[in-house]
Amino acid sequence: MKSLLKATTTLIATGALALSLAGCSPETTGNAADTSAASGVSGSITVFAAASLKTTFTQMAAEFEASNPGTTVNLSFAGSSDLLTQITSGAPADVFASADTKNMDKLGEADLVEGTPTDFATNVLQIAVPPSNPASITSLEDLTHPGAKVVICAPQVPCGSATKKVEEAAQITLSPVSEESSVTDVLGKVTSGEADAGLVYVTDVKTAGDKVKGIEFPESDAAVNIYPIGTVKTSKNKELADAFIAAVTGPQGQAVLTDAGFGTP
Amino acid sequence: MLKRGGSGYTAVPPWIYAIAAVGALFVLLPLLGMMAKVNWPQFIPLVTSQASLTALGLSLRTAAASTVLCIVLGIPLALVLARGNFPGQRLLRAFVLLPLVLPPVVGGIALLYTFGRQGLLGRTLEMAGIQIAFSTVAVVLAQTFVALPFMVVSLEGALRTAGGKYEGVAATLGARPTTVLRRVTLPLVLPGLASGAVLSFARSLGEFGATLTFAGSLQGVTRTLPLEIYLQRETDADAAVALSLVLVAVAAVVVALSYRSPRTTGTPAKASA
Repeated sequence: MKSLLKATTTLIATGALALSLAGCSPETTGNAADTSAASGVSGSITVFAAASLKTTFTQMAAEFEASNPGTTVNLSFAGSSDLLTQITSGAPADVFASADTKNMDKLGEADLVEGTPTDFATNVLQIAVPPSNPASITSLEDLTHPGAKVVICAPQVPCGSATKKVEEAAQITLSPVSEESSVTDVLGKVTSGEADAGLVYVTDVKTAGDKVKGIEFPESDAAVNIYPIGTVKTSKNKELADAFIAAVTGPQGQAVLTDAGFGTP
Repeated sequence: MLKRGGSGYTAVPPWIYAIAAVGALFVLLPLLGMMAKVNWPQFIPLVTSQASLTALGLSLRTAAASTVLCIVLGIPLALVLARGNFPGQRLLRAFVLLPLVLPPVVGGIALLYTFGRQGLLGRTLEMAGIQIAFSTVAVVLAQTFVALPFMVVSLEGALRTAGGKYEGVAATLGARPTTVLRRVTLPLVLPGLASGAVLSFARSLGEFGATLTFAGSLQGVTRTLPLEIYLQRETDADAAVALSLVLVAVAAVVVALSYRSPRTTGTPAKASA
């Protein structure tokens, strides 16, 4: 009994240590191995798309599969820079849809982009507040009021650099209570009522439904985020990849994106 | 661990060694892989940047505070679980150990809806003028939540191994329960307490998910070293790798300490069996 307990302790301890050391590694989805060599669009592709595209791309992939029988579109969502790291480390991606031009440029520098990427959507920041708006926020200036708990993205991530641009345009300095590493975390702090306001993308406000209220502000024009999409050079099914990109940039895809709050580039 | 020669059967079939080697490599290779990625000429500037040092300092301070909390709360819990006799004891043990198997993010969410502004206790605390969200206290709470089971498991094991004989003798000699606890029980399980504390400290130091979910991330207030690494990775992979190595080094020291202490502290030989 006691040796069992001891062994369990050791096991648990080592396991948990290993876990905490390893941190979190994003999951990879799909198996893009079965690319058929036949002409026309068939087989499967894996699309690496920015986390903010989750709803729209899931819908578009389903529509694409329905109108192109025999095709499979696997989707993997994560932060754009995470996805970039994964692709440059050899992850089997056929299409990359980034939430900013910076990460797409980096993929180009690594000589992993086929042709020229296409800009397919834009996104701007909006103030998200809990439905009750406890701090009575109505404008960007209100975020500087002492006592208002404001959460923004850290300047290292795309939504954070957009926030910085907006601050400069409005000539204000925010003193946030937290600088999150993803826009989802900012939104989470607002929906849970921890924060009085957060700066997130207009599409995030729309996705959150009635859990948050969105407040537009004119200075958001200073930081328009452009979403580029491109075929990855190492793709084994470029035809299908190109067909999917055409669907995203085509009228049907654009309608889905507009519905979700994205702008057109 | 069973190195004390003489008695007992110790031969291990040779093929076990082969599989054990694979297991060891599985843990070692990723560490080597990371070390190969370290930008050595830039290592010192990378790990001594203002942001890194602030994060390291915060990590050490919060982990120390969490360890103290784990000791304060863990000793009574372990005693009650090992020595007590009451209905629901097994259930209590299961709940106390739950954070061990729970994903830290889930722990963070649970804490959020308990101590957060809209949470179970948060509203009352807020009225009393205590705000936990986005403060260093939130970091300590998150770390304690995930680290406490390590203390309880270690200590409960030590208490069971030590048995109650000496305490019985002390009691027959007229010592009150509190005196027995202070003069006999605690000194007897000191190695278990020490290794529990070291493990709790290590777990607190590595805490990420619950902190990110519950406490947020602000330099000097809530952004501990793991959070700093996560953020640095976005822009500066070199800095992230260098900081990771620092955390590996600290963890290695901690693990080495915790597995040496039970044998070297020279208390009853039984304790390390």
